[in-house]
Amino acid sequence: MSTDSVASIDTQHVAAIAKPYRLQFEQAQDSWVLLYPEGMVKLNGPAGEILKRMDGLKNIDSVVDELETAFEQKGLRKDVVSFIEIALQKRWITLSSPK
Amino acid sequence: MEISTVASEQNSHSDGQSKPGPPLWLLCELTYRCPLHCVFCYNPVNFDSVNNELDTEGWLRVLNQSRALGSVQCGFSGGEPLLRDDLEELVAEAHKLGFYTNLLTSGVGLTDARTSDLKEAGLDHIQLSFQDSTKELNDFLSHTKTFDLKHKVAKTISNHDIPMVLNCVIHRMNIDYIENIIEMAIDLGAECLELANTQFYSWAKVNQEHLLPSRAQLVRAEKITNEYRDKYADKLRIIFVVPDYYETRPKKCMNGWGNVFLTISPDGTALPCHTASMLPGPAFPSVADHSIEHIWYYSEGFNRFRGDAWMKEPCRTCPEKENDLGGCRCQAYMLAGDPNAADPVCDKSSEHHKVQDAVAKAQLSATVQATEHPLVFRDAKSSKKLEKEGVVF
Repeated sequence: MSTDSVASIDTQHVAAIAKPYRLQFEQAQDSWVLLYPEGMVKLNGPAGEILKRMDGLKNIDSVVDELETAFEQKGLRKDVVSFIEIALQKRWITLSSPK
Repeated sequence: MEISTVASEQNSHSDGQSKPGPPLWLLCELTYRCPLHCVFCYNPVNFDSVNNELDTEGWLRVLNQSRALGSVQCGFSGGEPLLRDDLEELVAEAHKLGFYTNLLTSGVGLTDARTSDLKEAGLDHIQLSFQDSTKELNDFLSHTKTFDLKHKVAKTISNHDIPMVLNCVIHRMNIDYIENIIEMAIDLGAECLELANTQFYSWAKVNQEHLLPSRAQLVRAEKITNEYRDKYADKLRIIFVVPDYYETRPKKCMNGWGNVFLTISPDGTALPCHTASMLPGPAFPSVADHSIEHIWYYSEGFNRFRGDAWMKEPCRTCPEKENDLGGCRCQAYMLAGDPNAADPVCDKSSEHHKVQDAVAKAQLSATVQATEHPLVFRDAKSSKKLEKEGVVF
């Protein structure tokens, strides 16, 4: 399995949650969580907002645009890409070239 | 269950002042019946006298009520959960409710048809047990002829594209072959391999002298595991749990009493951990009599060791108490005779020498060691015999 290197994230790529992880919002914890065999990652606000937009259809640029609109902020690209680097390293997500 | 957080620190332990968090991890022990007879099983030694399995309606109620409180991981276990005809129905319900579902199984009974049905029901992951990478030891330790079957089952699971974790209980008799076990996991395409060094409860406690590895064996096994981790980081995640007898501080058992884990045993008794029924004192509540909400938040049993008011010295004023909460209550009971005492794994415990004695004995080679008790296989006959002898764990 290839892991995209830190320096080379192509923001035209599409991100999706990788098996065996599952992302869902948990009311009881008031938080997005990533579930995997016998485990759970509780996500903070920004992490949840980014991952929930990784539907396997939007590319990273679109995710950044959406976030900037939703939160009325500019310049989020760097933070989003940093987070994606972590998420890739932890194998929470996969990136694929656009169709 | 592992719980981690991104960026923010999560305090997963109730300080005793505030309400406990939800029972995030629900373990449904559907039955104590099992085709295996593993010498390290942690089902209670008196499993044979636990009758009256909870029926389908009962389990459906458990699933619904737990989920309503915020349970999100659901394990189906036992004994052997495949012995229940209603397993698919329960998995389907759990899936519908939004649980992440895990089946913990020996694989016996997991035909292609059942695997297909379970996948359709929404099963998220299967944890398949192996007793060793060799047929001889696998079959010996479980006192069965199941090795070939398990290999077949692993292929079936892979064919149906269900994430698979392999679990192999590690102890003195197989730890020297750990590289073979790891190679086997790689061959079988597992996502993850759990090398679970035996913890000494129930049948494992009975057989402890046969199971606790020497320090040299452990050091070697850890070194090899790390080498494989480096080499196969992308292919296989390996978890290696060290036997706590070799530590000087105890584990934070179950992440804290009544903090995250809720176990329902086959007759509907709710427990904070698999083995809590061994503890003296009032009986733990049953789902036949109470709602999960009452059990989790208000029952005496689940509140018994929450917070720190129950602690004795040295735990009570120990500056490290929040790290491990004094360790395991069952182990404190088994080794120190007192469930409120410090877990004797801790070197601050006055009973720590008992752990040290067991460890000292384990340094002798198998041929030199004189074991007082023969290996006892988990079965109904032994269960009755041990119960008669007053063995309570």
